[in-house]
Amino acid sequence: MSSHAHTGHAVVIEPSGFIRKYIFSVDHKVIGIQYFLLALTAVCVGIVLSLLMRFHLVYPGAHLPFVSGGILTPEQYLALVTMHGTIMVFFVLTTAPQGGFGNYFLPIQIGAPDMAFPRLNMLSFWVTFLAFVAILAAFVVPGGAPISGWTGYTPLSGMGEVTGPGEGWGQTLWIISISLFCLASLLGALNFIATTIDLRAPGMTLFRMPLTVWGWFVTAILGLLAFGVLLAGGILLLLDRSAGTSFFLPAGLVVNDQLQPHSGGSPLLWQHLFWFFGHPEVYIAILPGMGVASHVLSTFARKPVFGYRAMAMAICAIGFLGFMVWGHHMFLSGMSPYSGFTFSVLTMSIGVPSAIKTFNWIGTLWGGKIQFKSPMLFALGFVSLFVSGGLSGLFLAQPAVDNMLHATYYVVAHFHLVMGVAAIFGIFAATYFWFPKMFSRMMSEPLAKLHFWFTFVGAYCIFMPMHFVGIAGGIRRYADSTGTTYAAVLQPLHMFMTYAAFITGAAQLIFLFNFFWSLKHGAIAGKNPWNATTLEWITDSPPPIDNFGGHYPSVYRGPYEFSVPGYQQDFIPQNLTPEQAAQLKLK
Amino acid sequence: MPGSAVTEEVELIGAGKGGGGDSSRDEGGSGGGGDDWEGSSGSARVPQRAYVTGMVIALSGILMFFMALVSAYIVRKDMPNSAWVQLNVPRILWLNTLILIASSFTLARSRSRFLANDDAGFRHWWGVTTILGIFFLIGQIIAWCQLAAAGLFLATNPASSFFYVFTAAHGLHLLGGVLALLLVAFRPTHKLTRSTATEIVSMYWHFMDGLWVFLFLLFLLGR
Repeated sequence: MSSHAHTGHAVVIEPSGFIRKYIFSVDHKVIGIQYFLLALTAVCVGIVLSLLMRFHLVYPGAHLPFVSGGILTPEQYLALVTMHGTIMVFFVLTTAPQGGFGNYFLPIQIGAPDMAFPRLNMLSFWVTFLAFVAILAAFVVPGGAPISGWTGYTPLSGMGEVTGPGEGWGQTLWIISISLFCLASLLGALNFIATTIDLRAPGMTLFRMPLTVWGWFVTAILGLLAFGVLLAGGILLLLDRSAGTSFFLPAGLVVNDQLQPHSGGSPLLWQHLFWFFGHPEVYIAILPGMGVASHVLSTFARKPVFGYRAMAMAICAIGFLGFMVWGHHMFLSGMSPYSGFTFSVLTMSIGVPSAIKTFNWIGTLWGGKIQFKSPMLFALGFVSLFVSGGLSGLFLAQPAVDNMLHATYYVVAHFHLVMGVAAIFGIFAATYFWFPKMFSRMMSEPLAKLHFWFTFVGAYCIFMPMHFVGIAGGIRRYADSTGTTYAAVLQPLHMFMTYAAFITGAAQLIFLFNFFWSLKHGAIAGKNPWNATTLEWITDSPPPIDNFGGHYPSVYRGPYEFSVPGYQQDFIPQNLTPEQAAQLKLK
Repeated sequence: MPGSAVTEEVELIGAGKGGGGDSSRDEGGSGGGGDDWEGSSGSARVPQRAYVTGMVIALSGILMFFMALVSAYIVRKDMPNSAWVQLNVPRILWLNTLILIASSFTLARSRSRFLANDDAGFRHWWGVTTILGIFFLIGQIIAWCQLAAAGLFLATNPASSFFYVFTAAHGLHLLGGVLALLLVAFRPTHKLTRSTATEIVSMYWHFMDGLWVFLFLLFLLGR
């Protein structure tokens, strides 16, 4: 193999000091792990917030020792809603798959020594970190966390303390945090795109890239075009709050018997700017998961991805269409029926590339020699959740149906299944799949399977009943619906969901234990424990500082050559030359 | 796309085999000759064309940011009861615009001197561009002072709000451009060849020039 590897003449020297090596590192692998740990911290916070919400929904009068006054107020409940959504969407679903695994594996999978701009990469992580600190600080400032939801709808988010306890400092910190996050994501996206375009190994053509790389690449393009728009909106919103402008705030607003000084602004303008970002953001969360699912399904079915080119093109199509459907979040805003119809048709058209992906996943599995290892289970879970969560999207895409369901738990169930839990399953699949490469040890397989079944069944137990609550008229964001007759009958379902949430939340401790225990005590993994084909598996575990120890690979074949007839082994690595491959032929 | 991908593949494999043991991974990018692979901080082997790609990508992101503001401007202006009072742009903006357009020409001249290996000419016109850029920024500040003297502040009415937001956002970007001009003039670059550095700074500068002309026309005509 080494006869065809390229040896560059530049020597990469590993920094020796602790700070340069682990804190302010420019190595994409260290930065990837930093992003991953940030997301792990964030997801723990997010889960605790969601459990508090679930608890409050079934025991609204319970005394909580850590709440001032003992009982959670409606405003505090809204603060939980806001912070849970913000932390989960930005700091988990955007950060872990793209910043974490994308950073770590995109350069290795295309045969590059690092990202194109390593120092920019470091900067982008540390700005993300600052954003995370800012959002956490919102918990402790006077007034507490903001209450205007992860969408920060105006005018509520634009007017300051007069509209609620968290709307002072908390909301300001929220905007600062999101704006910093936008900046960091723009820098990250720049790096991902330039790296994919210009740093591919010889022979690594676009259609020889693993589908994971396609996922991260298109995600980065979405981020590049979407985050700037949210940043613009965030700046205008901040000016409305602190400089007295009226971009989003209309005249004649009376809050708490006080006439507000603003005039002529448009709250809907914020919604457009937000959702122009917000809908692509959904795909920013899910596209890397799609890439990972394709990659893992192929590896553990020991079969090439069915319709590789169609899969790559479907990712591009979803990314493209994702920019033209933001209005479906705003059917209730009084938009013209013609606009509503257009957004509705465009939204449903995303079903086409989504179906291409789903059928090709099934086609990949069909007739495969399936190995039910833990990454495979989570990838299968991803497909399952993506389908069952995605189907309800077809109903919500109808403006007439959406009018009924938009403010109910049906929407909560829909987006949690399709973008929340499905994306989390993509992250888990990636973690179990790449842990051996990142930390040179295997995770415990029995614990991983236990974790999978609890999480998979648990997720359905939480979110399936939620559809029925929504159809029955259970309104989302209400802190307490026990006082109404029509919603009180839904309490048994809420009770079931809450128990399911606590059990599923507790099951995540299995994952945390497995993760940290395996770092030290897992079985030694070796270079290629899964008999996989892509370039990360030809190098050491963990990879050396320049990824390939100076021997940069050339690529001679596609990424998924599994079970090729007539060969001694059922996988052919991408860097195998035709001559080397010929030696593997059955005599 | 598939066609071009195949050609590239053949070239790359050919280059890899021909180069033998010590061929670098340089495929002769658009950055011109003299690609240096030296990397002192853990990042060897970035082809020069990656910087050009990076600049194109960065400008796309910046364009989306400004277009979001422009669409907000258009929507906000036509709101019913918008309280919009049309702003008469300070007359110094005409001069600023001329200065900025002129700076694009001097920068183009500087770059062509550079490509003709005329170092003195390159430095001369590069310096002129930098000074014109600084003049533009000073002119913008004077425009702000004139507006403030007339009683028009950020929060006075939506037109003035947008004017300050646009000029501040563009001014900050242009300030970045001036700093980049100074950096290229005074600091030797490590990973970046001077050819690539002048190329990407020129791309950025011309883009900011064009963007300003667009914004200026928006203030003048978008009423």
